Amino acid sequence: MTPLQICLLTSALLFATGFAGAVTRRHAILVLVGIELMLNAANLNLIAFWRFGPNPEALTGIIFVLFSMALAAAEAAVGLALVIAIYRHKKTSNLDEVKELKG
Amino acid sequence: MPIAFILTAVVTLLAAAAAMSLRNLVHCALMLAVSFSGIAAIYLQLNAEFVGFTEILVYVGAIAILIVMAILLTRSGETPDKSVLTSGWMAGIVVTVFVFVLLGWAVLNSSALPQTMAPAPHATVKNIGDVLMTKYVLPLEIIALMLTAAMIGAVVIAYREEAPKTKREEGIPIPPRDSLLPPPSPTGEKA
Amino acid sequence: MFDKLDQIFVTALHWLVGFLPEAWGPYVSPLICIAFILSVFPGLFALVTVIERKGLGRIQNRYGPNRVGPFGFLQFAADGVKALIKEDVVPRAADKLVHFLAPVVLLIPVLLTYAVLPFGKNMVLADYDAGLLFFLAVGGAVEVSVFMAGWSSHNKYSLLGAMRAIAQMLSYEIPLILSAVTVVMMVGSLNLSEIVKHQDHYTFGLAHWHVFTPWGLAGFLLFIVASLAESNRTPFDLPEAESEIIAGYFTEYSGFKFALFFLGEYLGMFAIAGLGITLFLGGWTAPFSCLTWIPSYVWFLGKLLGIVFVFIWIRGTLPRLRMDQLMNLAWKFMLPLALLNIVVAGIWHYMGPDWQHMRWLVCSAILAAAYAMLGLGLMQNQKLGKRVYKFAE
Repeated sequence: MTPLQICLLTSALLFATGFAGAVTRRHAILVLVGIELMLNAANLNLIAFWRFGPNPEALTGIIFVLFSMALAAAEAAVGLALVIAIYRHKKTSNLDEVKELKG
Repeated sequence: MPIAFILTAVVTLLAAAAAMSLRNLVHCALMLAVSFSGIAAIYLQLNAEFVGFTEILVYVGAIAILIVMAILLTRSGETPDKSVLTSGWMAGIVVTVFVFVLLGWAVLNSSALPQTMAPAPHATVKNIGDVLMTKYVLPLEIIALMLTAAMIGAVVIAYREEAPKTKREEGIPIPPRDSLLPPPSPTGEKA
Repeated sequence: MFDKLDQIFVTALHWLVGFLPEAWGPYVSPLICIAFILSVFPGLFALVTVIERKGLGRIQNRYGPNRVGPFGFLQFAADGVKALIKEDVVPRAADKLVHFLAPVVLLIPVLLTYAVLPFGKNMVLADYDAGLLFFLAVGGAVEVSVFMAGWSSHNKYSLLGAMRAIAQMLSYEIPLILSAVTVVMMVGSLNLSEIVKHQDHYTFGLAHWHVFTPWGLAGFLLFIVASLAESNRTPFDLPEAESEIIAGYFTEYSGFKFALFFLGEYLGMFAIAGLGITLFLGGWTAPFSCLTWIPSYVWFLGKLLGIVFVFIWIRGTLPRLRMDQLMNLAWKFMLPLALLNIVVAGIWHYMGPDWQHMRWLVCSAILAAAYAMLGLGLMQNQKLGKRVYKFAE
């Protein structure tokens, strides 16, 4: 297995872990944690391809990952604000109980 | 390269698995911080130093703290008694396994992956800065706008409006001043 | 001869590594540097605790500790022995593993930050291309440890203190980073050795330190205030002040763990003061060209002790800021000033060295006007004047 394949398998395993948590756990914040892990796995994938790819001088991988991190931070902030707002309204952060659109 | 990398990868994956499966939410958040640091270490091993430091700055220093604060603000700090898994968790596990098998098969059997290793690149901060300001300046400006919008949006969503005034806040009537003083002594002398 | 004295540690390192086989060189040389850092800076910590107590005592018109050793200078030994032999009390409801790990998680990032500071000429442990980013990133990882300490104690007041401390540290990281960004902009590199080299020129005998420019002076003052807040020192020590919240997030720690927290806090203070020296005060360079014969590490140590003395002086003089005053200062005063400082640094650069006096005037005027207006703006909501009682005569 080339080093690239080891990196890609690691990122696939990380993605699967994040995905498993996001669809299995009941608490809203843990779903966001799973999403963050998935984003990190995607970033790792990008850096692995940048490092072992044919043209690392173009810095495309690094720039992509920097923007992806900025986006992930913004999305985490807004998502957690949403969770806090839902908690204030429904007094629960259990996703099984927050299943009605009516306010 | 492999031994250090495999060790870091194992630590990261174990921390990520712990982050998703522990019962206590704060422990999950702390394990998430550990897995972020593990990923930063992997970036450092892949010669992407700038990205590794940025990962620690953004993820460990800010996002992990944000998650912890949200856990405390929604009062989920104690270990729950009931089950922590949502209904229909088995379907989730099945889909996860399927996704991982698909990705693993694609990685191991793909012919599109480059087989020759390029020499280790040296991404200096100067090059990153040059490229950010010339080739990628439009995404940079859009990210700035997006971050501003996200910041304002997060504040607006989580803003606590003024609580309605309850009867208590209208004021407890203040007793008249004389009733607070001790009763005057009969002779008028100082006690 | 003075050059040899200047490079004595570097030559000693090469001589030591010369005894070992070739392949071990890259592994042993950082280990020796790490051993050096680990012996010097905790030693400095011991000295500074005594100096702080005696200095505070003198400011408060009393002697400090003066019983143990000559003029009390062995007090740190007594404190160390006391901390080591004290009983380690862990609350029963505390989260044991997290409670145990919090001091360790505090010390690791703080010690890591020493790796990129240049202590003297050619004396950097890890000369990263993005050294400043490494310092700021790892320094921000201290907040996780503060939270761990506060939460695992299972104590309402510890948690409150921890949340306040985290809010304070996060808020003050932004003026810290922005004032460092000004320096990076003018130097053109994130490498700390490069930043020091940029200040290594002398005109008419005076060095080109960044603090001798208007944007540098404003940046330095912002940096010092932000670093006081990052280290939780007075006037920003609300999260850990004794009269406010007992000891804040390390209330439930005793004995050796408390000593580790104390050590971590002071080491953090030294590290961030060291960064301030590197960015603004010229690192290991001498202020006057006639004084360059004094070794570079002596200059660094002297400047570090000077800044630490100023911190102790401020601690003894100023009262504590309330939480809302603290946050107002960070977000409404220091952040706009730091952003304006970046603009002013740009103006300074583009006015060029031909307009020497004009650019001093323009930049200082902009910064002074902004300072005055922001200060007035912050004081709007203060009701100063004679105190009015509502329910009494």
